Amino acid sequence: MSLRSVEMALSTPGLDAQGNVRKVPLGIQLPKVPEPSDEMNSEHMLINLGPQHPATHGVLRLVVELDGETVIRVVPHIGYLHSGFEKLGEYRHYNQIIPLTDRTDYLSPMANNVCLALAAEKLMGIEITERCTVLRVMACEMSRIISHLVWLGTTGIDIGAYTPFLWTFQQRERIYNLQESWTGARLTTSLTRVGGLMADIPDGWEAGLAEFCRTFPKTLDDVDRMFTRNAIWIGRTQNVGSIGPEDAINYSLSGPMLRASGVAYDVRKDRPYLGYENYDFDVPVGEHGDCYDRYIVRMEEMRQSVRILEQALVRLERLKGAPINVSDPRLILPPKSRAMSDMEAMIFHFKQVMEGVKAPTGEAYMGIENPKGELGYYFVSDGTAKPVRWRIRPPSFINLACLPKLCEGVLLSDVIAINASVDIVMGEIDR
Amino acid sequence: MSPSRPEPSPSIPALTSRFGAAVLRHEVSCGDTIAYLARDRAHEILAWLKDDPAQRFNYLTDVTAVEYRDMERPLEIVYQLRSLDRKADLRCKIELDKRAPLEVDSVYDLWKGADWLEREVFDMFGVAFRGHPDLRRILMWETYSEGFPLRKDFPLRGHFSRAEQTRQALAANPEAHYSLEELSIVESYHELPADVRERLSRGERGTLR
Repeated sequence: MSLRSVEMALSTPGLDAQGNVRKVPLGIQLPKVPEPSDEMNSEHMLINLGPQHPATHGVLRLVVELDGETVIRVVPHIGYLHSGFEKLGEYRHYNQIIPLTDRTDYLSPMANNVCLALAAEKLMGIEITERCTVLRVMACEMSRIISHLVWLGTTGIDIGAYTPFLWTFQQRERIYNLQESWTGARLTTSLTRVGGLMADIPDGWEAGLAEFCRTFPKTLDDVDRMFTRNAIWIGRTQNVGSIGPEDAINYSLSGPMLRASGVAYDVRKDRPYLGYENYDFDVPVGEHGDCYDRYIVRMEEMRQSVRILEQALVRLERLKGAPINVSDPRLILPPKSRAMSDMEAMIFHFKQVMEGVKAPTGEAYMGIENPKGELGYYFVSDGTAKPVRWRIRPPSFINLACLPKLCEGVLLSDVIAINASVDIVMGEIDR
Repeated sequence: MSPSRPEPSPSIPALTSRFGAAVLRHEVSCGDTIAYLARDRAHEILAWLKDDPAQRFNYLTDVTAVEYRDMERPLEIVYQLRSLDRKADLRCKIELDKRAPLEVDSVYDLWKGADWLEREVFDMFGVAFRGHPDLRRILMWETYSEGFPLRKDFPLRGHFSRAEQTRQALAANPEAHYSLEELSIVESYHELPADVRERLSRGERGTLR
């Protein structure tokens, strides 16, 4: 196995006599997993894990076949949370689908809203305003931070560290407060509308986000100090659940799962949307593809999200007072006061609510970089106001499909660590 | 909407020159190129798209299916391909006549990521993927027999009333959630009571007693 070194971030003890950063070897030699043997003439054991188990992050059920403590195979069973969102979408106007997206990946609702609006806008050929673009970037990056914070805290608990969970959830709470003051909801945000946003940010909101960006990295430093060089953490995660770059691509992994394996595929860079090409940020890439690298990648992604948020705040300052919605009365509901007093506005209001916005015949696939991976919404339209097909490309569904491969021959306790490192959310897997 | 006729992906001329009539037609929608492939040669064409050094569509973004409201239109299997090196996308479709059995070749041997995606299409649309190693229902339970939920002939609220669905759920036996294959791993199947075994072997799971 390869040993790694991490540069000591602590300034005083981390420097040697010449003032150079001291490198500390961190890899620990893991005991070799014994080969399954027939000597004991033992029978394989079948363990049922879940669906109601705190370490399965929702209603995931794993049937684990064991030889002693060695995993022979894992059979995941999903579908306990199946709600038929894709079917429901076929019976709704495009804007009415947005509340459904809140409930798929409920750890990053605003990013899902943005993806849906982008997919519908691609289908209808709508150019959104610049201020809307910046606000949507902020929504995406805030979602990335809260989703990764939940991942970090719960994974810590799975592996045996309770304290960082409290720290990450405190920080997550701050973003939820911002979300609440923007959209009125903490979880079911329904932030976007086709062609714009449900609401502009309230007065003084930017100051709250700027304060978050200023103080949040300290929590990351704290968690970093707790985990990154922690022997238990390293022992539980390094070289556990490794997958190489070719396999990772072949299994269609995406997001941090793919990048931890050394494939620098980030939709924000490779197929830019929302003007991400104009933001200055780095895409962290791992090299070992194990649980530890997935942790490092997600930690760094949060720092990069803060960078993007800071840049977005600067842009937002410049766009003060600019419109958030496209100026098309067929798409955007008029203000309530006008709908109640102006005949034309009332007609547009009525038509939008009763008939919906018709999309041209055609189809559009829009993929965005969600915290879990590439989230794709695929619309097929036959020219009516409701899609013929609304397909969700669910990143954690596809990442989880790889779990049996990742768990081959590991110990039972590693299944928990590997499952945690995949970062699943069952609302999206089962849809 | 678009000012001029949009250009299809450069993969299209390469495909038509190599496979000729097997590439039935192509179109561009919202900037994305769609190639319609003949069902019997689709696997061969997809394998070529994956391995040809000029194409290198090494990443299978998604597999799904589309059924149109017009019942005469064929059901479509949709493959979203992506080349990570070339940063290019291509959407391939196979049209399946609904009057014939819905069958296509699995692409699991090309992309392992197709495993669950094809199972989901099977589960939701009833399309059988030939050569898939483990084609079982995935989101619905294994013994689900009401049909295929995303088909247009499947009512939004299901075939049964809420009361009937509740009754069926309450009547389900716990062992119905294990597949026979899993039970046979530890030979616990043979340790089950005789009447349970007998019911399981008849495929009768979830009967109210």
